[in-house]
Amino acid sequence: MQPSAGRTVGFVASVAVVASILVATSAVGLRERQEFNATLDLRKKVLTVAGLMPQGGLSNAEITERFERNIIPVVLTLSTGVPDDTIDPDSFDQREATVDPTTSRPAPPNAARLTRLPIHAQVFHVVEDGALTAVILPIVGPGLWSTMYGFIALSPDLLTVTGLTFYEHGETAGLGGEIDNPRWLGLWQGRQVFDESWTPRVTVIKGAAGPPEDDPYSVDGLAGATITARGVTDTIHFWLGPDGFGPYLAFYRQEAGIS
Amino acid sequence: MTKQERQILLDPLFDNNPITLQVLGICSALAVTTQMATAAVMGLAVLFVMAGSNLIVSLIRKRMPGSVRIIIELTIIASLVIIADQVLKAYAYDISKQLSVFVGLIITNCIVMGRAEAFAMHNGPRLSLLDGIGNAGGYAVVLLAVAFFRELLGAGRLFGYAVMLPTTQGGWYPTNGLMVLAPAAFFLIGIFIWVLRVWKPAQNEEDFSVGTLFEPGDEEHIR
Repeated sequence: MQPSAGRTVGFVASVAVVASILVATSAVGLRERQEFNATLDLRKKVLTVAGLMPQGGLSNAEITERFERNIIPVVLTLSTGVPDDTIDPDSFDQREATVDPTTSRPAPPNAARLTRLPIHAQVFHVVEDGALTAVILPIVGPGLWSTMYGFIALSPDLLTVTGLTFYEHGETAGLGGEIDNPRWLGLWQGRQVFDESWTPRVTVIKGAAGPPEDDPYSVDGLAGATITARGVTDTIHFWLGPDGFGPYLAFYRQEAGIS
Repeated sequence: MTKQERQILLDPLFDNNPITLQVLGICSALAVTTQMATAAVMGLAVLFVMAGSNLIVSLIRKRMPGSVRIIIELTIIASLVIIADQVLKAYAYDISKQLSVFVGLIITNCIVMGRAEAFAMHNGPRLSLLDGIGNAGGYAVVLLAVAFFRELLGAGRLFGYAVMLPTTQGGWYPTNGLMVLAPAAFFLIGIFIWVLRVWKPAQNEEDFSVGTLFEPGDEEHIR
């Protein structure tokens, strides 16, 4: 026997109500923990590129403690480079800001093929024992298949790389995917990023580069990953250049008295 | 536990495995098996969803109007999947990021829907629950087996711990790049199906051919 239309609709409605209550409860009840996880995840990445993340990892409390002691987040207006303290750095999410039309703008044509730029961006200052030891900038750009997300850490005089990470990408495992290999990332340490006129110069070359003292502007290429490597170079050049963090770096140099 | 219950629970592990015999759920088996940890978490998520959906569908099967049963099954499955996804984001954030969309895609996993429709609609809650656990177990076993070989041969690791140190990290093991790409999962599942059917010949299908239907000059084949 077929049940009446009214009973069918009633049944569907009651299943829908019960299901939506369950889904809503789990989403709302767990939101705080999820947001905490997202914050913790970002802090972990920043500590990693700052070289403050030991091999064995840290507990959640230690990550929070170390981040709050050693890292100063700075939110700034990307086009002028001037810090903007009206925005709470703890709730600022640059990736979200980049896709939200109200907090981003179309990007000028660029080698990193980015289509939108956030109006505000976030950098991190690393402070150890009261002294600034590094400036961390977020970088994002295209590899061969995917968008690569990472951080680059520069020494306080902005001349040398003290750390580089890529924490998210979809490059071919074993080829371009080697951009997240700590051994390759380690090769960046000590390389010079800018030439004398503060134009980004560091480049991933074909083959092997010498040690940083002899070959300050080159980094070893990745075998079988020419396009990914080119993407890394373009990404870094873009974000250190005039449309990226160039204005901020100029502001920073002025503040710090670096010419 | 009666013999029938044990059979319902254990049969899907090898004798009637949803992946190797029915060849369902292959998509996620390719995507989440580059590491043991993601495969294990995916297996647990599917276990939760299938046990829950089979149990709930079976409990309300007699009241469920036949004309809308698929939609109701889907609503139940989708809700359970969202809950599983939310819990993973809250308690296993790193792994949930690696699984990305594939937890959400459990909704479209044919095994879940298939068991709800084929088993839970016709059997009591206790048997349906066992059937859900058994089939999710069969799915998880294959996922873990595929992930074991892919992570070991592709990265020299198991559950993230270096077993064979790769040359890229200064060790001796040259990693096999094919293993971390999706086709490797196809090869492995193919090999499992082959091994399983040699071990249990009853799983072989009858010979299947359509070619003779259109053989020229041999028209008595055409019906």
